[in-house]
Amino acid sequence: MKDWRYWLAEQRGTLMAVAIFAVMFLIYVSNHPAGLTANVVQTASNKATLLAFVAVAQALVVITAGIDLSVGMVLVLTNCLASWLVVGTPLQTGLGVLAVLATGLACGALNGLIVIYGRLQPIVTTIATGAIFYGLALMLRPFPGGSVNEDLADALTGRILGLVPASLVALALATLLIWVPYRRSVVGRAAYAAGSAEVAAYMSGMPIRRAKFLAYTLAGLFAALGGLFLTFYSYTGEAAYASGNAYTLYSIAAVVLGGISLMGGRGSAIGAIFGALAFRTIGDLLFVFDLDPLWQPLFQGVVLLLAVSLGAFGLLRVRNRLDWFE
Amino acid sequence: MSDAAPTGFRARLHGRLPGPLRRADPAVVIAFGCILLLLLLGSLYSRNFLSFDYLMQQLKVASFLGVIATGTMLVILLGQIDLSVPWVVSTGAMMASAAAAYGLLGEILSVPFGVLCGILIGLVNGFGVAYLRIPSMIVTLATNAVAQGLMVVYTGGFSPQDSASPAMRWLATGFLIPGLPNAVLVWIVVGAAAVFVLTRTTFGRAVYGIGNRERAVYLSGVDTRRIVLVAFAVAGACNAFAGVLLAGYASKAAQSMGDAYLLPAIAAVVLGGTHVLGGRGSYLGTVAGVILITLLQSILSVMQIDEAGRQLIYGTVIVVMLLLYGRQPA
Repeated sequence: MKDWRYWLAEQRGTLMAVAIFAVMFLIYVSNHPAGLTANVVQTASNKATLLAFVAVAQALVVITAGIDLSVGMVLVLTNCLASWLVVGTPLQTGLGVLAVLATGLACGALNGLIVIYGRLQPIVTTIATGAIFYGLALMLRPFPGGSVNEDLADALTGRILGLVPASLVALALATLLIWVPYRRSVVGRAAYAAGSAEVAAYMSGMPIRRAKFLAYTLAGLFAALGGLFLTFYSYTGEAAYASGNAYTLYSIAAVVLGGISLMGGRGSAIGAIFGALAFRTIGDLLFVFDLDPLWQPLFQGVVLLLAVSLGAFGLLRVRNRLDWFE
Repeated sequence: MSDAAPTGFRARLHGRLPGPLRRADPAVVIAFGCILLLLLLGSLYSRNFLSFDYLMQQLKVASFLGVIATGTMLVILLGQIDLSVPWVVSTGAMMASAAAAYGLLGEILSVPFGVLCGILIGLVNGFGVAYLRIPSMIVTLATNAVAQGLMVVYTGGFSPQDSASPAMRWLATGFLIPGLPNAVLVWIVVGAAAVFVLTRTTFGRAVYGIGNRERAVYLSGVDTRRIVLVAFAVAGACNAFAGVLLAGYASKAAQSMGDAYLLPAIAAVVLGGTHVLGGRGSYLGTVAGVILITLLQSILSVMQIDEAGRQLIYGTVIVVMLLLYGRQPA
């Protein structure tokens, strides 16, 4: 096999996600009454970046063969915190942003500590810590309210040079500054190794525990970025249980659409981002076709069900029936 | 590991315990111990905690969670997970109430019809997991979204107007045996059936086997895919049945009545000592987990701790209890 073939095989899931998104977005834009204007792109990207941040958070953990069911609640918690702290003078605002991001890191680190050093199952652990994070969010904001530095919020949800959506630039920057160095580091590679063959990775002396811990911690950071953008987008903080749960569920859907294997070791954050963009576009398709919004949840559900059923085509390639049970 | 011989201090402690306790699963013993502790703490706060009425009321509230946890446990024993609990519960409740609006025949068939809807969703889950080999977390997530979409379209986004049929109300709030609410009776029947199926039938053996190593069970001649399909259908039936009971209890169905049951059901099963990756666990433990969670919620609300504090304590207690005995081998 040539080098580029290996590369293609590794990136197949990501490329699929890009293709799905491209097709969906084409259908969306070509049927949108306003067509492809900077405004349409800006609105679409603002909504999608929220989910994209949470999807990257989920991807980081899923690559290590774990799962984080608390990402949505970290988003809600950081949203509530940001509605208190990200206000005032530029200096106060800056410190507030840092505090919010640090809180996200701390939440992720708590998950990592319990899962790795407490040796509990990620599913149950993150369900329980999710309840804790939601409780904290509710303490911060028993009722929806608060405010945010509107100059910063408008700058980050607006357009740069009147054309490029600032939220997309922020997403790209966060990916470039955090994901790319992580992916290229020894720890990042250990995270992939831990996801695909933990015992083999351990025997080759890779820092598995550190890799997993860092994955959970960075997941908290990305979820906090999502919470920050939610605050910029909505100008308020709200401890909404349903929306936290929805973000968690959608993040898993985005990760699956983004070609990341839930068994771990396969896929990339780039795939998760395009999975999130595609999932959001699918949800918005109904509006451009001018159908009753009542049908949106059903439509989204059916598309999700069909999308995950596509994975079953892999079964046709199985030669030995025992491979069903891997 | 629970089946490995304990060593040192634990061995000495182990040797001194009376027979029945020595054979019991430590998780189940700890869970029941925590129930007693909670009751003790509660009785220090208010003497009503040990009254018969209060305890029966708690059992009645627990029975809804108990029926759901029965299905959840079956799925977890297989090594899978069912995230479609919230909207299957709501679907069962709404469809049963909807059927009750169609004359006498509808009233008679309301309960079976609600359960049937749950079975159908469960079959989709099972088909996706067993035959399409899609991870259960994703399939059940997707069917949950589809069920939600169907119900939103059906109700038009508002709370449904239909009310529960007399049969549903009787099942949830009536008294067949004086002093014993029917809901508790229903849980006892469902639980007894679960214990029988899990311990006395080949189906139950196969469920435990699949949770341990599906390949081995398949090679010993069991159609494991059918077992998984049936198990998910039964779980769907349990969830929808609990929804029917809840609708009878509240005398109508509501949009998000199932949301509050997914996490407690999983937590109850896992706190009761069932292994999250499948293959190990007893129904007695699930009973303990369900009562423990219900008591915890009840005590927190009686002590007038607000929702935020309740969530905090609830999450912390689950983590701490699991750290006590739910740890995986190093």
